[in-house]
This record gives sequence, C-alpha cells and structure tokens, in this order.
Amino acid sequence: MADPRLARPLVRLDKVDKRFASGVLALAGLDLAIGQHEFLTLLGPSGCGKSTALRLIAGLGDPTGGRIEWPDPEAHTRRDIGFVFQEPTLMPWATVFDNVYLPLRLQRVGRKQAERDVTAAIAMVGLEGFARAYPRELSGGMKMRVSIARALVTRPRLLLMDEPFAALDEITRFKLNNDVMELWRSQSWTVVFVTHSVFESVYLSSRIVVMAPRPGRIVAEHRIDAAYPRDEEFRTSTVYNEYCRTISRSLARAMQEQPA
Amino acid sequence: MSDAAPSRERSERMLRIARVVLPSAIALASLVAWEAVVRVNAIPHYILPGPLMIAKTLWTDWGTLQPALLVTLRITFLALAVAVVGGFALAVLFAQSEWIELSFFPYAVILQVTPIIAIAPLILIYVDNTHVAILICAWIVAFFPILSNTTLGLHSADHNLVNLFQLYGASRWQVLRYLRIPAAMPYFLGGLRIAGGLSLIGSVVAEFAAGTAGQGSGLAFRILESGYRLNIPRMFAALALISFTGILIFVLFTAISHLALRRWHESAVKREN
Repeated sequence: MADPRLARPLVRLDKVDKRFASGVLALAGLDLAIGQHEFLTLLGPSGCGKSTALRLIAGLGDPTGGRIEWPDPEAHTRRDIGFVFQEPTLMPWATVFDNVYLPLRLQRVGRKQAERDVTAAIAMVGLEGFARAYPRELSGGMKMRVSIARALVTRPRLLLMDEPFAALDEITRFKLNNDVMELWRSQSWTVVFVTHSVFESVYLSSRIVVMAPRPGRIVAEHRIDAAYPRDEEFRTSTVYNEYCRTISRSLARAMQEQPA
Repeated sequence: MSDAAPSRERSERMLRIARVVLPSAIALASLVAWEAVVRVNAIPHYILPGPLMIAKTLWTDWGTLQPALLVTLRITFLALAVAVVGGFALAVLFAQSEWIELSFFPYAVILQVTPIIAIAPLILIYVDNTHVAILICAWIVAFFPILSNTTLGLHSADHNLVNLFQLYGASRWQVLRYLRIPAAMPYFLGGLRIAGGLSLIGSVVAEFAAGTAGQGSGLAFRILESGYRLNIPRMFAALALISFTGILIFVLFTAISHLALRRWHESAVKREN
C-alpha cells in the first residue's frame, strides 16, 4: 500500500480546516499527501469541498486550521502551479496568444522572450494557427484548450484542474481527457483533478480520493493500477467497469455518510 | 446552405441601404412639406422661415455663426476631455479603495441630480471668467456618466480571472492594467457616448444662463440674441448647427466605440445565425 511517491510528496495537507466567513465549515481535518507525478482525482458530490481544497493548494485563500506543507521549497513558487477553472475563464478582449501569454506577462517576461514558450504551449493543445483568434471565435472545447495552454505555459510541476470538462459535450470531453492524459505522461507533472464523474476519474487517475460533504472530508481512497497509456479499449474493458463499480459504491457510501 | 447564403447576403445589403435611405427620405419629405406650408400660406419669415431660407441664412450669416460654432465646439470638447480624464481617474481611484468610493460617491450623485440650470447662475457669479464658468457647467453634466459607468466596469471583471491574476502574483497595477481597465472598456465607451451629448447640452444651457449675466459668443448666445432682434431665420440656423454638432458627436463616439470593441464585445460583433 505504501506508495514510494508519497514518501516525499510534492505537497502535504495536514489536518486542514476551512471555515468560510459565513460560518460554513467547508473542510474538516483534511489529510492528504500528493506525490510527484501522480494523477490524483478528488471525487465527490457537490458541496464536498473538493474545489475549496484545490483553491487552498493553489494559495487562493488560507486554511483556517491545519497546515499545507511543501517539502521541497523550490516546488512552491507561483511559476510551478497551473490552474484550470471549470469555465475557460479567458479574457475576451485578448487573442489566444495574449491569453496564453498572460502568466508570463504577469511575471514580467518580455513578449519577444515569451514567444517561443507561448507558441509551444498553443501547439501542445493542438491550436496551431489560432494564435491570433479571439475567444469568441472558438468553440467551447477550443476555449478549454486555450485555458489549458495558459496553465501549461509556465511549465508548472503541479497542474490543478477544477472540473475542467464538466460543461463540454461527451465527444469533446473524451478527446480532451486523452489529450490531458498524454500531456501528463509526456511531461513530468503532477495533476490534481476535481470531478464528480466516476467514469472520468477512473479513466484518468492513478489515485482517487472520495470525499463526503458537510463538512468536506476524505472517506475513501482507491488506487487505479491499470497501465498507461489508456485508450478506448480500456474504456470498454471489464477492468475499467470493475473499477467504476467499486468507485461508484464508494461514492454512494460517501453520500450516505452522516455528518461527522 | 448554398441557396440561403446569397439570399441572406442580399437581405443584409437591403437592410444596409434601407438604414440610410429611409431616414433620408423622411427628412427630405418633411423639409419639402415644411417649405410648401410656408410658401402656400405665405407665412412671414419672422414667424416661421422655410428650410431654404434657413439654408440661405446659414450661408449669409456664416461670418457670425462660424465663430460661435467654434466657441461652442471648443467648450463642449474641452469639458468632455476634462470629464473623461477626471471621471476615469476618479473611477480608478474608487476601484482601488472601497473607503474612497463610499466617501465620495454620494457627492458625485448630488452633483448629478441637481439640475445644471439651477447651479449655472451661481457658478457664473463666483467664477469671473465666463468661459471657465461655462466649462465648469458642461463638465459637471458630462462627468457623471463617465464616472458611474467606468466604476461599474472596473468592478465587473470576471471573479475567476481576478483569482487567476492573484494566483500568478499580479500586482495591483497589473490587475488594473491587464484586467480591470479592459473589462471596463465597453462600460466606459457607453458612458462616453452619453457624456458627449451631455457636454453639448451642458455648454448650451450654461451659455443661456451666461447670456443674461455676461457676455458670450457661443451658438446658444446667438440664439438668444437673434430672439431679441426677431431674427428668426438666424435662430433656426444656429439651432440647426447645434443639432448637427450633437449628431456629429454621437456618430463620432459610436464609431470609436465600434472600432474599439468590434473584435471581441457582444455589442459590436455581428452574429451569423
């Protein structure tokens, strides 16, 4: 059970609580270690605090209890975190190039200097030729790709994705699932992925953490040991179905859990 | 689809032509009817001059009207420029601190809701230079739409984008420069369009007030003066110039707004379905 990757994790959440100003306890005693090069999914029903946990890891807000530790201090620079929101969250007045350039621009990297990285990030998500397009000229899936390219442009070690494909149609979602998985495999990243889809989580993850609501807490953990690369064959295999059944049951139990 | 495209193109072209032709035709018809009524009933020109007479007056009195037009234009655009700079700067200040906004916004509202015609005589008493007084009046009217629209725009940046900027450690200035100001542009331009018309109204109203209190030489004063002399054709000519100026300002700012937003904002983008 002991995962060597977790011996020296990238980031560790230690009994993290988050209580909002409204008094709502969003997270209670969250213990979670995220290992190098994991594809970790936080799975749970709405209101279980999975997005809150992701935002805390990103440094958007502070926990009201417990600690978030970065054992390797070098890993915890702003450059090393990429964030993909549920919505594409693009600047409508800026071209694809300028949207992807944003994180570098904010770090005061000159346009000329950044050009190669920006172009590479755009190519990585398959949007060559669209650098000068405006977001409104793109489809929903393409906008999401721009959003992913923007998160990649700083070459982060940790990519945080908050239900990035929830609003997309299934065909686009499958395609982007494959692309993100390929990118994750080819780069040396760690991904923390938030979703409420059992099928998506099993397809992508190396580990799934199931969370229960009110207050948000971890109730189960599953490793998905199926080998990568995973493809359509995996999606229709018995092994995949077995995993889905196990995770579904786990999620159903989580939803029945009484408030702690 | 291949059949639908040309027919849609044709109907779009018709619409474009109609947009120019229809109002022009109505304007022409009204002018002709006006001229006919004046001629058929032999209405004396000191009661109601016909459009041809007004056009002639514009030509013959150009020597008097043109300097007046320039004065009105100068005051209008100067007031607008000060309103834009002041309104925008104050809105940026408001966006930086909620305390400043809470403290000062009510005064901006008071300035706006008090009719300018009621304040103008006071300003004319306290400010010696009539031109400066008129400028202040026009500025008071023009400045509020810029301030309130820009303030709203600066506050309406996407919350997730604000988070993203925060995530990458953006400075206050970077958030303003790359996020809040671009997000506020459509609002600001909407305010500018209103303020352009209002600054003309402000300068005309102030000139009317000043016309009785001191000396003036803008178009509004020419209207007053022509009224005293029963020179009704010149009154109409001056009025026509004010209208043209108003239309010109509106067209100018509509064009600027369109040019600035056409690539990305819903209001300026042509939909294809």
